Amino acid sequence: MTADAGAARPARVAIAPGPDGWAGGEPDPLIRRRGGPLGAPVSRVDGGLKVRGAARFAAEVPLASMVYAALAFSTVARGRIVRLDTAAAEGAPGVVLVMTYRNAPRMTAVPALLSPAPNGAMGDELPIMQDDRIHWNGQPIAVVLGETQEQAGHAASLIEASYEAEPAVTSFEEAKRRGGEQAAYAGQPLSLQAGDAEAALSAAAVKVDAVYRTPFQNHNAIEPEAVTLAWDGDDLTVHDSTRMVSRVAWSLAQAFGLKEEQVHVSSPYVGGAFGSKTLWQHTVLAAAAARLAGRPVRMALSREGVYRVVGGRARTEQRVAIGAQADGRFDALIHTGAMAKIRRNYVPEPFISPAMCLYAAGSLKLDVRAVYLDMLANTFMRAPGESVGSFALESAIDELAERIGMDPVELRLRNEPAADPGSGKPFSSRHLAEAYRAGAERFGWASRDPRPGGRRDGEWLTGIGCATATYPHLRFPGGAARLTLSKDGQARVEVAAHEMGMGTATAQAQVTAERLGLPLEQVSVAYGESSFPGVFVAGASQQTAQIGAAVVAAHRALVAELLRLCGGDSPLAGLGVDQVGARGGGLCSLADPRRWLSYASILDGGDRDEISAEASAPPPAEAEHWSMHSFGADFCEVRVSAVTGETRVSRFLGSFDCGRVINAKTAASQLRGGIIMGLGLALMEETLIDERSGRIVNPSLAEYHVPAHADVPEIDVMWTDIPDPHAPMGAHGIGEIGITGVAAAVANAIYNATGTRVRDLPITPDKLL
Amino acid sequence: MIPFTYARPTNAEDALRQGAAAGARYLGGGTNLVDLMRQTIEQPGLLIDVTGLPGAIEETPDGGLLIGAAARNTAVAEHRAVRARYPMLARAIVAGASGQIRNMATVGGNLLQRTRCLYFYDHAGSRCNKRVPGQGCDAIEGFNRSHAILGTSPACVATHPSDMCVALAALDAVVHIRSSGGGRTVPLTDLHRLPGDHPEIETVLEPGELVTGIALPALPLAARSAYRKVRDRASYAFALVSVAAALEVEGGTVRDVRLALGGVATKPWRAWRAEEALRSRPATAENFRAAAEAEFAEARPLRDNGFKAALAVRTTTAVLEELAGG
Repeated sequence: MTADAGAARPARVAIAPGPDGWAGGEPDPLIRRRGGPLGAPVSRVDGGLKVRGAARFAAEVPLASMVYAALAFSTVARGRIVRLDTAAAEGAPGVVLVMTYRNAPRMTAVPALLSPAPNGAMGDELPIMQDDRIHWNGQPIAVVLGETQEQAGHAASLIEASYEAEPAVTSFEEAKRRGGEQAAYAGQPLSLQAGDAEAALSAAAVKVDAVYRTPFQNHNAIEPEAVTLAWDGDDLTVHDSTRMVSRVAWSLAQAFGLKEEQVHVSSPYVGGAFGSKTLWQHTVLAAAAARLAGRPVRMALSREGVYRVVGGRARTEQRVAIGAQADGRFDALIHTGAMAKIRRNYVPEPFISPAMCLYAAGSLKLDVRAVYLDMLANTFMRAPGESVGSFALESAIDELAERIGMDPVELRLRNEPAADPGSGKPFSSRHLAEAYRAGAERFGWASRDPRPGGRRDGEWLTGIGCATATYPHLRFPGGAARLTLSKDGQARVEVAAHEMGMGTATAQAQVTAERLGLPLEQVSVAYGESSFPGVFVAGASQQTAQIGAAVVAAHRALVAELLRLCGGDSPLAGLGVDQVGARGGGLCSLADPRRWLSYASILDGGDRDEISAEASAPPPAEAEHWSMHSFGADFCEVRVSAVTGETRVSRFLGSFDCGRVINAKTAASQLRGGIIMGLGLALMEETLIDERSGRIVNPSLAEYHVPAHADVPEIDVMWTDIPDPHAPMGAHGIGEIGITGVAAAVANAIYNATGTRVRDLPITPDKLL
Repeated sequence: MIPFTYARPTNAEDALRQGAAAGARYLGGGTNLVDLMRQTIEQPGLLIDVTGLPGAIEETPDGGLLIGAAARNTAVAEHRAVRARYPMLARAIVAGASGQIRNMATVGGNLLQRTRCLYFYDHAGSRCNKRVPGQGCDAIEGFNRSHAILGTSPACVATHPSDMCVALAALDAVVHIRSSGGGRTVPLTDLHRLPGDHPEIETVLEPGELVTGIALPALPLAARSAYRKVRDRASYAFALVSVAAALEVEGGTVRDVRLALGGVATKPWRAWRAEEALRSRPATAENFRAAAEAEFAEARPLRDNGFKAALAVRTTTAVLEELAGG
């Protein structure tokens, strides 16, 4: 065994393994690391593959003797199928199978997202083509398998159905009249009362009290949902477009009565999810049809199919009332209202989330009611709750600021809470004031003219506005990782995690390179396979932390294994995991860095070509001790035509407090992307559900507007880069913080420009005439 | 998509012969027809691709231009003479669709593109008299924010979606049409029919007739013309309101004017009434507004599109002011 001279190695300080738990207040040693791969603007590792079209997505996996699926959809909102004529479809050229409730295999109900079942992934818990019942307008009533996609689509168009329609609730007003129920998130009522907020509001020196409305929205990821799958006996291999590979594997096993290990789900590339890409009927139907036909099946939803099968953001109607003293301090904060959902799903739109953490107030009344419609289940959509809740709350703050005659930034900072207003817990990391000050300076906020409608450039009225962004830092249980180190100096991470375009593999390679003291090029991250360790969810902006904590655990286990390989004559002999650190492609004693040994030498000494360790992340106990959130300050400049009411966002700055940033390049893209989606929320996105029929009538990118390039100005993003001492890497996930606050910043800027306060999204030209 | 056969004739005679067959449709760039076929809203048995027919843009003896029906929209918008003499046409074209679509779409096809009414597209779940004559209209009491307030009927309130046609309507364009029996010309403003009781019949074209070109007469005042489109996003959206206008002012008086509107009517809408109200009157904002308002005297707003008259009046006034001003 050779003890290399530590001094001959790069002079980086050794980095200790991360902590074995996250509730003890012991920060991740990576927090102190600066100047290395962590934080660097590293280009995404799969960028070349994607540019060349070589990254294979779920709808591109070729399987021998594969057939193509098309769906037919119901045209009533509720009732029974009384006639389903499939003869013409069955006789059409190239048709292999027509599956309806009459011949679909019997399947066990699949647990829904946020249901009491541990691994729920389905959008709802309705039966999947098991009977003649119709639960929403657009429900799949038949699957057609054809030798080509065109043949399947043609045959599906030949299916004729008649229904015995039953009374359905398809109007939001009617749903509200019926009352609904207290909304809950994972069993916890979305309700919080502190003091008598209504009385405090009545007594307040200054008050605002208004109703804000946000529409239904649909998911429009660039890659529509798709799955290509095949049975081999009772083994099912699924090439899916999902952000929950393990949960999908578990769910399909439930549906077909299999063991979980009989279902293998692979999802290496996902073309955007934003809350979709969980598990919806098309995947289960594809598996059922493949089993019935005895052929591999590809089911790639059309854009219309996504609107019919995959849920979107719930419609909300929110009251925000604030009672304040003349100096701006809040005596009362009321945020209540209704969101539309179906009875048989568990996903609320928790729009009170921002009010639960943003402001100190003498009294609080926060409450979400669920009102029930007969429609496609709603689901998560980028920052569910915060995106639309921050529109209402942050618009109201702007209205209050004007009433008091105070700068809206100052009004917000005056009400900064010392601890979480809902739970009373201390914040793990809250630097919103710094984000505001830095953002205001860069944006030039000080030059703001508070008079609405006062500035004109030709026919264009100009104005600026701001709003607070917020999104929780979460870490779901279930994270686990395998870390393998080989003698040639290569390290490989395996996690059943996901890459939807945000740069997971790139960021985690940077983290792992730092932990191991290896060059970035020697670290690879494998993901997107349900056979890999852990149950990950690329959602709630938490996957970075979930993987991060799992890699720390696996790293600790790997170091323990490495130390076990070290004999008594090794320079590392006798040292424990927390006494060594990684440096220069090996381990050294933290107390005496000259005691250093390369990984290759350790493996050599143990006569091993590679070493592997797998471990699970500790439970997320940190959330019991701290209130953990990201924050941000959004600044927006708009131009509104005094002639046409058209709004053009001319400038946008997001200044974020989102922990340590792991990759400055992919982070900036994520934050910008969130802001762009927020511009869509503010100005154009809206699903039109005809209340007479419950039918979505704009299921197309031509008629459902998302921002085009011409709608997107240059977007500036900046961040405090202050690590959260209680989060892995000090980092927060940033998938969702970007969209929050944006709609309010736009609405507030429009008010400043025009003097018109629009409380209904989207803010289309007709609302500004 | 329903199976169909495909032909690509290289001259008009062959196209017309094939076009006489039942279920035949002429195909331009396919940017609208193919979409509709995918949705089974259009089900032609025979597609006759006429993009191989003339698409040149030529000078005419009277000082105008003749645009072959197969000319791509991009080619028209980029054409030097179009930009110099009929700038509103170039601007109208680039205000529509996307670069990719304009590269494919032909002038003939653009004339005949079909409405974007949500219920027209929802063949499986909604009623539409244009799609299925006599079925009923789900738009009149449904989502009709994008629908027409002029030229509507109890059977149909769908707008014609073209930007290009609005400019052509203002420019006194003439459509050249051929049939097996010979040729004829129709002013663009007479090509599209009002829906009346038969919204499924959208133009005066007889079955088998083929649009071969569009003639733009010499129109000196069009050198000073504009197209302004108001929409829900900055690009790639159909018009809520659009205005094509050419204005000639002399000594503060309107000598001549051409005005057409998009997004507000069931066909490309030549604002005859407003033009009449403007000619020989002082070129003032008040007169522009009054003329535009006159055009909407008989507007029939629906649940969601009541804003369109006001928006069109404001936009028209602004466009005319700009043309009168600089």
